[in-house]
Amino acid sequence: MRSLLSMFLIAVPVTLILCLVGLSQGMLADSARRARGIGADIIVRPPKTSMLTLSGAPLPEKLVDAIQRKPHVALAIGVIVHLVTNVTYVNGVDLAGFDKMNGGFKYLEGGPFRGPDDIIVDQYYAQQHNLHAGGHVDDILNHHWHVSGIAEGGKLARLAVPMRTLQDLTGNTAKVSQIFVKVDNPANIPAVMAELKAPDFLPDYNIYTMEEFTSLLTVENVGGLSTFIHVMVGIGVVIGFAVVLLSMYMAVLQRTREIGILKALGASRWFILKIILAEAAIMGLGGTVVGIGLSFAARALILALYPASLTQAITPDWWPIAGAISLAGALLGALYPGLSAAAQDPIEALAYE
Amino acid sequence: MSEPLIEIRGLRKVYRVGKVDVSALRGVDLDVPPGEFLAIVGPSGSGKSTLFHIIGGLTPATGGTVRIGGQDISSLTDAGRTKLRKNKVGFVFQKFNLLPNLTAADNIAIARYIAGRAPAPEPEFEEVLKLLGISERLNHRPAALSGGEQQRVAIARAIVNHPAILLADEPTGNLDSENSAAVLDVMRDLNRRLGQTILMITHNPEAAAFAHRTVRMRDGRIVG
Repeated sequence: MRSLLSMFLIAVPVTLILCLVGLSQGMLADSARRARGIGADIIVRPPKTSMLTLSGAPLPEKLVDAIQRKPHVALAIGVIVHLVTNVTYVNGVDLAGFDKMNGGFKYLEGGPFRGPDDIIVDQYYAQQHNLHAGGHVDDILNHHWHVSGIAEGGKLARLAVPMRTLQDLTGNTAKVSQIFVKVDNPANIPAVMAELKAPDFLPDYNIYTMEEFTSLLTVENVGGLSTFIHVMVGIGVVIGFAVVLLSMYMAVLQRTREIGILKALGASRWFILKIILAEAAIMGLGGTVVGIGLSFAARALILALYPASLTQAITPDWWPIAGAISLAGALLGALYPGLSAAAQDPIEALAYE
Repeated sequence: MSEPLIEIRGLRKVYRVGKVDVSALRGVDLDVPPGEFLAIVGPSGSGKSTLFHIIGGLTPATGGTVRIGGQDISSLTDAGRTKLRKNKVGFVFQKFNLLPNLTAADNIAIARYIAGRAPAPEPEFEEVLKLLGISERLNHRPAALSGGEQQRVAIARAIVNHPAILLADEPTGNLDSENSAAVLDVMRDLNRRLGQTILMITHNPEAAAFAHRTVRMRDGRIVG
């Protein structure tokens, strides 16, 4: 019972680490998938913007027209991005251009905007907020929105509204957040990139091919994220260490007499230490397996309760790392109780009641 | 007369209890020839158990010498005493001291495992198990065995590695008279049939009567 409880407690930091890494990677992969879903070849973002987050609209809308006039540019569209909650963005989009770029949204219910106060929500947001075409949304920018359609997810943000409306509501009239560019022929992408980055055009802007942009969406490229993960890993080791230390210390106390018996039978210090470390290793590995299981449960729970909020990836490449972390914590935690058990006087241990 | 298996000369043991030194053994001399069944009797605090603990390598002596098969064990290091317990002596305790989570068979096997041998006893050991009357009870855990059966499993465990000496500390102290007689019979049989040297501490004169010889201890000395 004690061992099972310890295993469960060791599983907690393993789950924590796997969920954290899974959420980081899941959110980034989701961003990359959405970016690819737009169907553009090049993305133009304002100077000094974060890879993961973008809110506000510092680019003048006329820049879209300037880019559109460049050779080999088939289409350029501006999109305005506004942060609604911690993880939910709303996009202001011109549906005509958007449809031309990627064929437009696939509607599961309803259809495109018919008026300036219409909103299109993706299926996950609709599921989480129990929305249907024809319904209303009132908690976004304190505006009364009419749901014109429920779309398949994977293009832009979970919420899309007419660009002019969002520009006006956020005080960004005639401005956009980022510009998506489609090139007439993929072979011309380098040429267009060179045009856009030219010293007399947009030298300081963050301009990427879509391939570059999505490949940059990694944990390492998001400021502070990998440090945060390292801190969580450290906390995981400390929790694993503390749990096993207490558990094994209790076990050694409980089994003092048994340790005495083993010593009377001729068990060496190393033999006793080995038993304690082996038990800790089993607890560490068992805790890892339970922790991995719990990370699946956490993912299912997030999906069931908040399908539109966080995207948690399952990260098998982190399983051995989480295993090594809990094993290291468990072995470190077992070391002191193990050494004190190994050093026990057999006569005193045998007399222990 | 054959060379003594155990040769003890001037054995002293002083325990430190708090700030006070307590002399548990004050110069013990004893010879035990191989194959002897020796009973050691004496009141509580006379030093019987301390003598056992030193012969069995559970604690070092403060002074004097203890030779087992010619080897002086009084100067052994902790590792040396561990080796002695593993190879040369087997213990039987008053409270049986079986590992509660293991079956009788596993309690015996672990002694072999600790000694670096294959866990399964040699086929000849079957005979010993029959002699002990526990061959049919090996798959039970200690809690499912009677006191007498537990003690006989403890005896099997103590001799499974063929130790030179079997040290039995009040082996019948926790048993009723029927089980006591059964355990003492078994020990006498082991001594007779296998030539097992046995040293047995007891308070019970009837138990002592099973031995070839009885020595008495008082105040850390052998007095008769």
